[in-house]
Amino acid sequence: MQIEEYKPLIVAFCCNWCSYAGADLAGNNRLAYPADVKIIRVPCSCRVNPMFILRAFQRGADGVIICGCHPGDCHYTSGNYFTRRRMAMLFSMLDFLGIERERTRVEWVSAAEGAKFAATMNDFAETVAALGENKRLEDLRCKK
Amino acid sequence: MNKAFLSEELQRRSGVNPKKCMKCGKCSATCPAYDEMEFHPHQFVSMVETGDLEPLMNSQGIYKCLSCFACVDRCPRGVEPAKLVEAVRLAVIRQQGANHLQAETVASITDDEIPQQLLVSAFRKYSK
Amino acid sequence: MQRIGVFVCWCGSNIAGTVDVQAVAEALKTEPGVVFSANYQYMCSQAGQNMIKDAIIEHKLTGIVVCSCSPRMHEATFRKTAESAGLNPYMVEIANIREQCSWVHKDMAVGTEKAIILGKAAIAKVNLNTPLTPGETPVTKRALVIGGGIAGIQTALDIADAGFPVDIVEKKPTIGGKMAQLDKTFPTLDCAACILTPKMVDVAQHENVRIFSYSEVEEVGGFVGNFDVKIRKHARYVKEDICTGCGACVEKCPMKKNPNEFNLGMDNRPAVYIPFAQAVPKVATIDPNSCNMLKKGKCGLCAKICTAGAIDYTQQDEVIEEKYGAIVVATGFNPISMEKFDEFAYNQSKDVITSLEFERLTNAAGPSAGKLIRPSDGKHPHTIVFVQCVGSRCEACAQKGKEYCSKICCMYTAKHAMLTRDKYPDTEVYVFYIDVRTPGKNFDEFYRRAVEEYGVHYIKGMVGKVTPEGDKLKVQASDLLLNKQLHIDADLVVLAAAIEPDQSARPLATMLTASMDTNDFFTEAHPKLRPVESPTAGVFLSGACQGPKDIPETVSQAGAAASKVIGLLAKDKLKGNPCVASSNELMCNGCSSCERVCPYGAISYEDKEFRMPDRTTAIRRVAVVNPAVCQGCGACTVACPSGAMDLRGFASGQIMAEVDAICK
Repeated sequence: MQIEEYKPLIVAFCCNWCSYAGADLAGNNRLAYPADVKIIRVPCSCRVNPMFILRAFQRGADGVIICGCHPGDCHYTSGNYFTRRRMAMLFSMLDFLGIERERTRVEWVSAAEGAKFAATMNDFAETVAALGENKRLEDLRCKK
Repeated sequence: MNKAFLSEELQRRSGVNPKKCMKCGKCSATCPAYDEMEFHPHQFVSMVETGDLEPLMNSQGIYKCLSCFACVDRCPRGVEPAKLVEAVRLAVIRQQGANHLQAETVASITDDEIPQQLLVSAFRKYSK
Repeated sequence: MQRIGVFVCWCGSNIAGTVDVQAVAEALKTEPGVVFSANYQYMCSQAGQNMIKDAIIEHKLTGIVVCSCSPRMHEATFRKTAESAGLNPYMVEIANIREQCSWVHKDMAVGTEKAIILGKAAIAKVNLNTPLTPGETPVTKRALVIGGGIAGIQTALDIADAGFPVDIVEKKPTIGGKMAQLDKTFPTLDCAACILTPKMVDVAQHENVRIFSYSEVEEVGGFVGNFDVKIRKHARYVKEDICTGCGACVEKCPMKKNPNEFNLGMDNRPAVYIPFAQAVPKVATIDPNSCNMLKKGKCGLCAKICTAGAIDYTQQDEVIEEKYGAIVVATGFNPISMEKFDEFAYNQSKDVITSLEFERLTNAAGPSAGKLIRPSDGKHPHTIVFVQCVGSRCEACAQKGKEYCSKICCMYTAKHAMLTRDKYPDTEVYVFYIDVRTPGKNFDEFYRRAVEEYGVHYIKGMVGKVTPEGDKLKVQASDLLLNKQLHIDADLVVLAAAIEPDQSARPLATMLTASMDTNDFFTEAHPKLRPVESPTAGVFLSGACQGPKDIPETVSQAGAAASKVIGLLAKDKLKGNPCVASSNELMCNGCSSCERVCPYGAISYEDKEFRMPDRTTAIRRVAVVNPAVCQGCGACTVACPSGAMDLRGFASGQIMAEVDAICK
């Protein structure tokens, strides 16, 4: 019997101006990171509604990462500050619900930091893989 | 005691961060006891930062500082050199385990030239 | 239901090398809404684009997904392609299977699987896409420049030369600003008046420029392209169009003892005055606080003497309303108050002066007609001490000064020291410096000349105390390099006071909803790439209102701001970004959460009448987004507690659909 290797499912929200460009740069430089990471483009990290993250966990995501411009560099002046505060609240609530802190993360990746993007994703994927499947918030009705 | 540790200890005791200093020299420009001290306020700050404390602790200048706080008042960066001088004094006293100044001897060494504030500051510092 | 076409690009072997494009195209064919699926070697090529166009027409596609490189690369290309085939460009979505898939994964199976998921996410999004049209707003082809210093004058001239009408609002009775008060300008030492006053005349005579002097902006409404501005023109009690500026009234006015603002109070002016000989407009102004006629109704001498009959004691403030397409802020700077620096005895001695006062003292049109004298006794000073960084580079929490470097002081002090030594070689000049900062063309050479050729004593150290004693000033200072305390008997002490933004800047920023930093300097839209634009669309920055600047820098920024304004005014209509927030007024409860997070002030509230289910009507307060101002960050969508606010192009439902597609 062959045991299928466990692959985590990771959703990454990247802001259009810094982190998405950083991810593109990682690609341009052929810096590998696990295919488990799927990127969703948003105009700004502050566009990420906590609902999206809850939805991802409900649908069986094992980790969610939000990437934005570095504080002070936001294309929209103050968007990433909102992200920082909102996510601090959300993550502590998720922690309370039993979603480990390691499954959620906010990272600042600039358009020049392709290497940082790849390294962050490698690290995050590894951390999430070590935690195993997210069962706490997964809605089994969503599973086929 | 090693240099870095003592330097850090002095910074902790005095609450002064010598790295804030921008080396303008206004403390030394404003110091009324400048000529009496072999190390001047701006040198105090630099020497504590680099951990060069031996000469400071052996200097007589630390007892000549009037604690008038003119340097503290005028420092544009809020470094507060006078507090560092006090911290060095304290370091010396703690090492000696005894006060440099005895209350009984004060009367004999005072004269009219010494500002009142110096006495007050000396008592505050040495009469613990 | 959408009719979606999927186009998978090989990008040569860039994608096809790690992703089985055929399999991707096959797999995506069965997704909901997909009616057509194809793959091709180079989708971005002419042939590839034609293939998309043909498919759109042939299969009556309502949306397309291109699985290719990053949208940052070719989204615009494919949107244009779609548009040319009659499809709304915002019905195009890109699945990034190159940068974020084929290039970062090595394994064919893994790459293909991920590409399919990314494709599905894009399809899920397109299914919810709606055609978007960029809003168009007309542009009022007139610019407003606030501030009539060299920054404002240069900006206005450049805009006017391009053929657009410009209005300058200046709160003083004359334009010219700080530069008009200066004597010489570094590093070439040409006289400020000689280079500034011709520009003042140019701007006054320009057919496209109107100058509102002695006026202030009172109210700003509207948005980029359509600002509504109210300007209050203060009563100067002189009819501007009739006054010839002959100066007869100024001579005859009996109320002569009023501090002259132009000379920083170093001499006096009458109640009716013209700030300086080359003032523009050259019109007299009556100061209502010192005129006897206006205060007590007794005198009226100026009206009797004026042959033109320009004096009008009954004049009232006038409010002018005008529409503008763009606003340039050029409010400039002021030296900070020296009140709190008692150690320099500024309040105790007349012979301790600021550098701007020194400028007036050495200016040929100044209070001493250019003769360098001690303000206290009019004697020639033999020892002058210059103190640099007074109030600049102070600790953030220090109440006295400013945290930043004022940038211009090193150079003007070098200039003052050099000019003094040049004119009066018998005068000893000391400059106390912390650092000498001279980055600029020919700046360091200038400073070295002051030291080497003119013999100015530059001393590394600071002045700690200045004590007036008899007719001397005892200066106690440190020389850090010699490790000595210096005691200098000086005749004159000149303080290089830090500069700060003009006090009018803060209320103006509130009116314009333009952002400011903690020091009240206006912030730029991007510190490197958009240095002359405010984050608020249609508001531009010129000169020292954005940060300390010398004249060459101010002029170049003024020109840059003008070119941005011209670029804006040259358009007949402004095409906005259609991906902006919009509020569903049926769900909005008017809580103001969205307004508080909006960095652009794009959200306002309106009272609207609604029909209730019981057939009555009710008035409710609802949020309204101005699409011309909104930049589409989406901060408000998350802040909205009732889910009324959504972002077009990145709607909550669309992102949720992507999440679902990925997590399937």
